[in-house]
Amino acid sequence: MLLAPAGLVVAAMVLPLIYLVVRSLEGGWEEFAEVLLEAETLAVLARSALLAAAVTAASVAVAVPLAWLTARTDLPGRRVWAVLGALPLVIPSYVGGFVLVSALGPRGMLQEALEPFGVERLPEIYGFPGAALALTLFTYPYVFLTVRGALRGMDPSLEEAARSLGSGGRETFFRVTLPQLRPAIVAGALLVALYTLSDFGVVSLLQYDSFAREIYLQYRSAFDRTPAAILALMLVALTAGILVLEGRTRGRAGYHRSAAGAARRASTVPLGRWRWPALAYCGTLVTLALAAPVGVLAFWLVRGLLQGESLRPLWAAAWNSVYASGLAAAVTALAALPVAILAVRYKGKTTGFVERATYLGYALPGIVLALALVFFGANYAPWAYQTLGLLIFAYTVHFLPQAVGATRSALLQVKPSVEEAARGLGRGPAAVLATITAPLASSGILAGASLVFLTTMKELPATLLLSPIGFETLATRIWSATADAFFARAAAPSLLLIALSALPMYLLLIRERAR
Amino acid sequence: MSAGAMVRLSGVSRSYGPVEAVRRVNLEVRRGEILALLGPSGCGKTTTLRLIAGFEPPDTGTIEVGGHLVAGPDTFLPPEKRRVGMVFQDYALFPHLTVAQNVAYGLPRGRKRQARVEEVLALAHLEGLGDRMPHELSGGQQQRVALARALAPEPAVVLLDEPFSNLDAALRTRVRQEMREILGAADATAVFVTHDQEEALSLADEVAVMLDGTVVQTAPPEDLYHHPASPEVARFVGEANFLPGEARAGCVRCALGEIPASCPFDGAVDAMLRPEALRLTADPQGEATVVGREFYGHDQLLKVRLDCGAVVHARLGGGPGIKVGERVRVEVAGRAVAFPKA
Repeated sequence: MLLAPAGLVVAAMVLPLIYLVVRSLEGGWEEFAEVLLEAETLAVLARSALLAAAVTAASVAVAVPLAWLTARTDLPGRRVWAVLGALPLVIPSYVGGFVLVSALGPRGMLQEALEPFGVERLPEIYGFPGAALALTLFTYPYVFLTVRGALRGMDPSLEEAARSLGSGGRETFFRVTLPQLRPAIVAGALLVALYTLSDFGVVSLLQYDSFAREIYLQYRSAFDRTPAAILALMLVALTAGILVLEGRTRGRAGYHRSAAGAARRASTVPLGRWRWPALAYCGTLVTLALAAPVGVLAFWLVRGLLQGESLRPLWAAAWNSVYASGLAAAVTALAALPVAILAVRYKGKTTGFVERATYLGYALPGIVLALALVFFGANYAPWAYQTLGLLIFAYTVHFLPQAVGATRSALLQVKPSVEEAARGLGRGPAAVLATITAPLASSGILAGASLVFLTTMKELPATLLLSPIGFETLATRIWSATADAFFARAAAPSLLLIALSALPMYLLLIRERAR
Repeated sequence: MSAGAMVRLSGVSRSYGPVEAVRRVNLEVRRGEILALLGPSGCGKTTTLRLIAGFEPPDTGTIEVGGHLVAGPDTFLPPEKRRVGMVFQDYALFPHLTVAQNVAYGLPRGRKRQARVEEVLALAHLEGLGDRMPHELSGGQQQRVALARALAPEPAVVLLDEPFSNLDAALRTRVRQEMREILGAADATAVFVTHDQEEALSLADEVAVMLDGTVVQTAPPEDLYHHPASPEVARFVGEANFLPGEARAGCVRCALGEIPASCPFDGAVDAMLRPEALRLTADPQGEATVVGREFYGHDQLLKVRLDCGAVVHARLGGGPGIKVGERVRVEVAGRAVAFPKA
């Protein structure tokens, strides 16, 4: 009964990828090999890999201490820091990128402020350093959230066992706690790496020639679009490679909470005189990743209003953003349900394949997915091309893994015996799903939907390429303003976008606290 | 400190807010001895264990381990400095380390380390399992790994928190014997916490009964069973029949006649008789009726109503026995324990 909708979902996931392969080979094997082995292509590959590695490493280095401080120590105001530390996730990376350019770039705010002192040039912000900095600041929350969750859920008796075997606090952390955190760190790092590879906004604004930017430029400028398809396929291969690598590093340790009894909360570590450096650390991070960007946006907003910039055309775009994101969230949550139920309740080869197929969404960066759907729509489905339906379809394929993940973990909490009890009381499978499973897993389903809403609000490349003509969202407005360096015009939609995304983010964090 | 005492608690208390979990507890465990901390859930026995291990600081009192003061008014040694080995209820095996690495964890680096790991694995009957991961073992094996890991650094005392609660009943008796052997072979001093009186009596050299935060009696298993200090202890350690009576000159007069009793005083008492001290004989002229029967195979428990109205339990051998509804004669073989009437 569940296989039919799940099969439909899988078909939807696989279609863009298949079409991409077909399109890449349109010019024959010779052209394929020629583009593939071009020196410039290999340089793009190296640059993308370098950026992903640097951002991932930096995110882990920044996020793990923050997670430990807010989860396990007596840091003053640790709950507030935990929320503030996760909030940079609502700042779209392209907004972060333009904030960076407008503040630190040539003729930016800093240079303007320093001009009276004779400062004509600032160190170059474009290229690798700027891109790495911006991406780290706005993606480290992925690692922060997963590691913090793992720290809070860890069985405290493991650390106590280490202490009773003669290990001090520091040794216990490195020999027992950190190895336990490895799966969480890897999971968060994976999200950061995939995000970095698929990111389009930052690398475009900061002019770093990675895959996403190169694909877009090829698509926009060249008459022959086959090279764009080949580059896109290479990016897919790179992300798939990272996914395979992650699967390999899992090792043979079995991680799950072993305790059958009541869960005890781990004891908090007193920081003592280390309290002040710890506070300074959290403060600096939150300032750089949250306060400074919002401050810079506010500065440009005020300056723009003073120069007669109007707020009025904003509302239509805001409504479009919310409408499209809400629709995408609902459709994706619905599509995720059969997949998650199959994966949790009917473990097997087929269902494992179904679940893994949905993870293709992670391996298909937005720009690649959009490109595939543009090609496909223009050639085979002109009736769907440039409709809202195709855009929602792209969002669903792209963000399905997030919804499946959240729904899946909520379903794992629902004991099968509860469902069986309902069956025993005379309800059919569909009735049990509607009256027992869905309500019990509702918090997870809702969390998945909120996450999809949040990420759809921020999504740029697919929106840019697939939006119906005249359909403007906050993201596309920001993009068109920043691409022409009208920072004042981009400030208002950016702030509105951040405010609108902060709402589902807040709901997600509240849910974590209630647990 | 008396010679050979490996653990000593003097007047130890610990509160959580308004709740006094442990109140003025005194305990002493001699070298090589196994002490059971027996009590119902919530009596403070696990807290006592965690106080000895150093996971909780006492509010008052002193704790000595291996002849050293580890907790007192101005002293608090962290767990890693106490030389205690702990076996957790859920075993707390490190999931990222192999069995051998788990056992080696508490040992100093060096040439002797590997030899000690082999030695302890052999002691715990875990030969050949050193390269397995914890989740690849059965429950009983996991428990032995936890014990081996705790024993490896030769701690002054091994602390075990409900060590058998995660095992199914069929496995429990066997694992209990193995544990007793391993602890004996290692010449270890041990304190274990349990709510199961059978476990405490069969495994321990000395049993400390905890009720409501305090130790109410410490005694060897036989003494505890036959000479409980209070009706509460008698009820918690095994089955107990209580009959009201009158004590005079080492005898108690009650519904079952004149019974010899350990009783240093005269007057109104409650006489406690263990079920196996009662003999039943089928007799139509008897003074009691069998009203219930539980058959266990090796023995059986009969519920008998005396004509005076009192109900007592009697334990008989596994023979054909007496049917429910039959009249019986009740005789007493052995002594009663008399408690002054409350």
